[in-house]
Amino acid sequence: MAVTGLILIAFLLFHMYGNLKVFIGEEAFNHYAEWLKTDMLYPIFPKGGFIWCFRLVMLAALVLHMWSAITLWLRAKKANPDSYAVKKRLERTYSSSMMRWGGIILAGFLVFHLYQFTIAPRDPASPYNSVVTDFSQWYFVLFYALWLIAVCMHVRHGFWSAFATLGANTSEESHMVLNALAWIVALLIYIGFILPPVCILFGLIGA
Amino acid sequence: MSDTKINITLRIWRQPKATSPGKLVTYPVNGVSTDMSFLEMLDMLNEELTVKGEEPVAFDHDCREGICGMCGVVINGTPHGRGSSPVPTTTCQLHMRNFKDGDVITVEPWRARPFPIIKDLVVDRSAFDKIIQAGGYISVNTGAAPEAHAAPVPKIKADRSFDAATCIGCGACVAACPNSSGMLFTAAKITHLGLLPQGQPERYLRVKKMIGEHDALGFGGCQNLGECAAACPKSIPLDVISQLNRDLIKSMFKRDGKK
Ligand code: HEM
Ligand code: SF4
Ligand code: FES
Repeated sequence: MAVTGLILIAFLLFHMYGNLKVFIGEEAFNHYAEWLKTDMLYPIFPKGGFIWCFRLVMLAALVLHMWSAITLWLRAKKANPDSYAVKKRLERTYSSSMMRWGGIILAGFLVFHLYQFTIAPRDPASPYNSVVTDFSQWYFVLFYALWLIAVCMHVRHGFWSAFATLGANTSEESHMVLNALAWIVALLIYIGFILPPVCILFGLIGA
Repeated sequence: MSDTKINITLRIWRQPKATSPGKLVTYPVNGVSTDMSFLEMLDMLNEELTVKGEEPVAFDHDCREGICGMCGVVINGTPHGRGSSPVPTTTCQLHMRNFKDGDVITVEPWRARPFPIIKDLVVDRSAFDKIIQAGGYISVNTGAAPEAHAAPVPKIKADRSFDAATCIGCGACVAACPNSSGMLFTAAKITHLGLLPQGQPERYLRVKKMIGEHDALGFGGCQNLGECAAACPKSIPLDVISQLNRDLIKSMFKRDGKK
């Protein structure tokens, strides 16, 4: 759970950084997308070879991540079949209580996201055009803005929890440091991902 | 302190035996002194019930001074009834001055499959004993105390170990956890024994055996939510769980971690 989660977060950061290329312009962005799909790690890998390894690793991480989440959920259900009439939350955060349902929302939306930009893009010849066309629509931007809230809540608790599971929470201070880092990563992801769509919507990119 | 009296309404989980269904039953209790402990207030209710010829409410307790770990009920949704107070407490050390006249107080047993209800508010916590039996010990001969300087212990480790050793095995951590995980308890024992020289020989085998038993008994897994540490009367910190995980990861690479 912890290892696959951190792999997914690392991917998000990489993906976010890559998306920011859209600010440089059509050529740079398309060239980057082309590089991802065909030239990444060429010539060690054949043209278009590495992206499939990459996708395989991401898929494996995602499947293992979901598998551990389901196992954990089933164990909890078995261990805790009768609920309290009154239960007060003392410590846990809202994002931590949304890990499971939030995770389901993330997975569902991921399918849509892949369909929108990878499987059936507006303009197969230009990822730049696809992105600019779609994010000129306010409802897509709103949709992603909301989805990213779910993503970042997941990342906020997930980042802290992964490091705690890997043994890094050694004291009250490290708890605070890990939590602060989790917030920074979550906010970075939010801002980094939402910046291109918002700028496209307001005509700062593409118009 | 002035002798203030309050009237309260209790909603208590009544369940005649393990196999019968239970339900919340409402009892008004009048003239409760705010100097009473929560358990004394329950004693008062039980006296009234006995006089009326009704079955008294069964609840666990022993020392009544917060050190044995026998008491423990969920009060208004928090194990041991700390509520929003910053002061951690056992049920026996919770006082009625924390409540107001007219309060409705819901009292439930620990709820977790590995802690089956025996009667009313009493649950069977022998699952914790089984976790201890799986590895929560050291196999050295007891005898005359050795020379204190023979085995130096860094103060920081001694303090951490002693803090973890204050766990009284009450089970509030399990009761508080939405996953019914017993990680805080298990990790407190791992930290307590694993940081001292006497605990080293079995350190990496211990963590495997104890967590294996914990899982086999049907406790849930940890999501690092922090509810356990917040409910713990002894303020066992959440970081003991990271200590357990660190030992568990290390045990995979240690020859003395093999079963
Ligand atoms: C947290 C939110 C996001 C997640 C989890 C996410 C995840 C993914 C994943 C898994 C892929 C597929 C990679 C592959 O197998 O080829 C992908 C592709 C893509 N994403 Fe995102 N993404 C997110 C947000 C965004 C945003 C805001 C943009 C807009 C700038 C964006 C633009 C793209 C594009 C253009 C592709 C297609 C690349 C290609 O054609 O190969 N993504 N995303
Ligand atoms: S860790 Fe705290 S709550 Fe859990 S059994 Fe020990 S004393 Fe009780
Ligand atoms: S009765 Fe011993 S700790 Fe409460």
